[in-house]
Order: sequence, then structure tokens, then C-alpha cells
Amino acid sequence: MDTQTSLHHANRKVMNRHDLTRRLVARLHREEAVIGGIGNTNFDLWMTGQRPQNFYMLGSMGLACPIALGVALAQPGRGVVALEGDGSLLMQLNCLATIGAIAPANLLVIVMDNACYQITGAQPTATAARADLVAIAQGAGIANSHWAADEAGFEQLVERCLAQPGPHLIAARIDSQPATGTTERDPALIRQRFMRGIAVTT
Amino acid sequence: MHEPPPSWSLEVHAVLQRAGIRQAFYVPDAGLSQLIELLHADPAVATTVLTTEQEGVAMAAGAWLGGQRSVLLMQSSGVGNCVNMFSLLASCRFPLLAMVTMRGEWAEFNPWQVAMGMATPAVLAAMGITVLRVDAAAEAAPTVEAAAAAAFDCDQAVAVLLSQRMLGRKQWVTQ
Ligand SMILES: Cc1ncc(C[n+]2csc(CCOP(=O)(O)OP(=O)(O)O)c2C)c(N)n1
Repeated sequence: MDTQTSLHHANRKVMNRHDLTRRLVARLHREEAVIGGIGNTNFDLWMTGQRPQNFYMLGSMGLACPIALGVALAQPGRGVVALEGDGSLLMQLNCLATIGAIAPANLLVIVMDNACYQITGAQPTATAARADLVAIAQGAGIANSHWAADEAGFEQLVERCLAQPGPHLIAARIDSQPATGTTERDPALIRQRFMRGIAVTT
Repeated sequence: MHEPPPSWSLEVHAVLQRAGIRQAFYVPDAGLSQLIELLHADPAVATTVLTTEQEGVAMAAGAWLGGQRSVLLMQSSGVGNCVNMFSLLASCRFPLLAMVTMRGEWAEFNPWQVAMGMATPAVLAAMGITVLRVDAAAEAAPTVEAAAAAAFDCDQAVAVLLSQRMLGRKQWVTQ
């Protein structure tokens, strides 16, 4: 794919989803909630170890951000991270404007941009052409939106975003590798584990 | 804001307060405007204006995951926007309390609203959502109260349809 030559990506390293997810999880020290988007994004989250504060969204594209926003509003004292693929975010770009408007201080969105719908056969998405998700997020009102230049830059951004009031968005260019495993599939169990993991009793 | 709110909005707001609602999401509709104002003025409720109704389904799930009860308000055309997102409720057994103002029925003047309005109850039912219909203003509050109990005590997804007959014909004239 000729995304490598795309101008807005000139100085950005192509990284790996599983590696970046590991780096993210290693920086979660305060029981932050993580909402993994459909497919590879949540598979690689699962493969980093099943933290009780992880929610794995397996049904529809584009829901990780609005689910995370609901959690962030319900638990303003807890950091909440939404992990989403570029194709999924593109389907629900409008949610960036809602996040920009509500401006929850405890929300971080991380986009794994492989410029394709990897899991359905790696068909190119709009980010393979000209769409720039960081520019879109900034335009939607999430001023703290950044591309990670490389792994060290990603780690620095994550640490800064977890320490400072958001909302924040980090986008990373990643390769088109599939995830390293798959998530267990019982949705009600996933929900219950997560709610216990973030101290909700019903 | 120029007329006093009709009593059903006040009564429903009181029901939502008693039910412990902490988040409210909406795409506006004229029939809901007074309830929306009451929710905005309520310090116990975080109110989010949505860009699309499907976002509200996911936010309601997130609110529940985070330990809060919520209400989702929309017009019947918004139900069409939500269909795929409703699957989240059934798969994870999330509760949902939705209030839907109907179009396309009693004395509708706009033919563009008819198809989605007519399909609304069937679409909700097809996605496993319990449908409760309100045809008289006096029934709104008790119906929402019953819906809240079914949603939050019984893990059901419930939509209360506020009929066009109840909301009153004259409201639509300016649209
Ligand atoms: C509404 C909807 N349309 C289509 C699909 C099929 N589908 C599942 S995952 C996926 C691709 C997701 O792309 P992206 O978020 O970029 O993740 P990647 O596969 O690249 O890791 C598609 C098209 C779906 N699940 N839901």
C-alpha cells in the first residue's frame, strides 16, 4: 500500500498494534478502564493480558469511543481509554465532535491506523488516501490530538495524556499484521467482569 | 421557554429523578424540548446532545458499565439510525430506557416521515426492545416509571413511544 509515501506521514514510523498495546497497558497504574473496539484492536488488547478493567467490544464498528465516553462521565475519577481502528473510527467520526463538545478530562482515544480494514481482507480505508484522523480530531474540538512519531514518542504521549486533563487523542500508524490472538466471545460475561473490575455493583 | 411546560414533561422529569437517572442523551425533537430543558437544568443529570442517536445507545451502555442509569431521547426517525447498535443491548444484556416521540401517524402533514414512523414499533421489537406506547399525556409518567423499573431492575431494553396524538397536532405546524 502506498500510504508510506503519503506526505502527512513523512516522518512517522509504521509500528505494530500488539507492541503498542503492550506499551500502553504497561503504563496503566491506576486501574484505568480500557474499551477495545471491534476486531483486531480488542484481540490485541486481550492478548496483553485480561485486565479486569478491559471491556471488549465485539459487535459493531465505531462504538468504542461513545461507550468510553459514557464510562468516563459515570466515573470522572477514573482514566478511560478507548482503543479503535481507523476503519471503525471513520464509521463514527461524529463521536469525536461529541467528545470535543463534552470535553471529558479523563478520556483518551487511541487510534491504530493501518489504513485498511485488515480483518476483512485489508481493503484500503480513506486514511490510505488523504484523510488525517488527527486533523479531523483537532477540527472536532479535541485540541490535544497527536500522531505518535515512533514507539518512544507513543510512550511519552500516553504518559502525558494519563497525567494531564484531556480529552486526548493519539493516533499511530501501524502495519497491516492481524492480531496475535482472539478474545473470548461471551458478551454478558465480558460486561460483568468489566463492571466488577471498575467497582460497579448492580 | 415562553409557555409553562406541559405537565407530562414535569411529571416524567420527576419520575426520572426518582429512578436515579444520572445521564441523559438526546437528538432534539420539538415534542421533547421541555423535558430536555428540565434535564439540562437538573444538576444531578449530565446531559449530552448527540450527533446521531446510535451514539446514544453506546453511551447508555457505557453509563451502565460505569455504574449509572441513563435515559435516551429521540424522534422516531432516530430509531432507524440505531438498529445495528441495538444489538449491543441484547448481546451484553444491557438495560435501556428510551423515550421516542412519534412521527408519521396521527394527523401527520409530512409524507417523508411516514415510512420510518410506521416501521418504528416493528423495528424496535425486531431488535428485542420492549415497546410501551403512550396515547394520553396522563399516562406518560406512569409508563416511563414502569419502563425504568423494567430496564434497571430487570435488565430489559424498553422504549416508550410518545404518540403524535398525545403530543398534539399544532406542535408540528412550524416544522
Ligand atoms: C457496521 C459494520 N459494518 C461492517 C462490519 C464488518 N467489519 C468487521 S471489522 C471490519 C474492519 C474494521 O476495520 P478497522 O477498525 O480499521 O480495524 P482493522 O481490521 O484494520 O484492525 C469490518 C468492515 C461490521 N462489523 N460492522
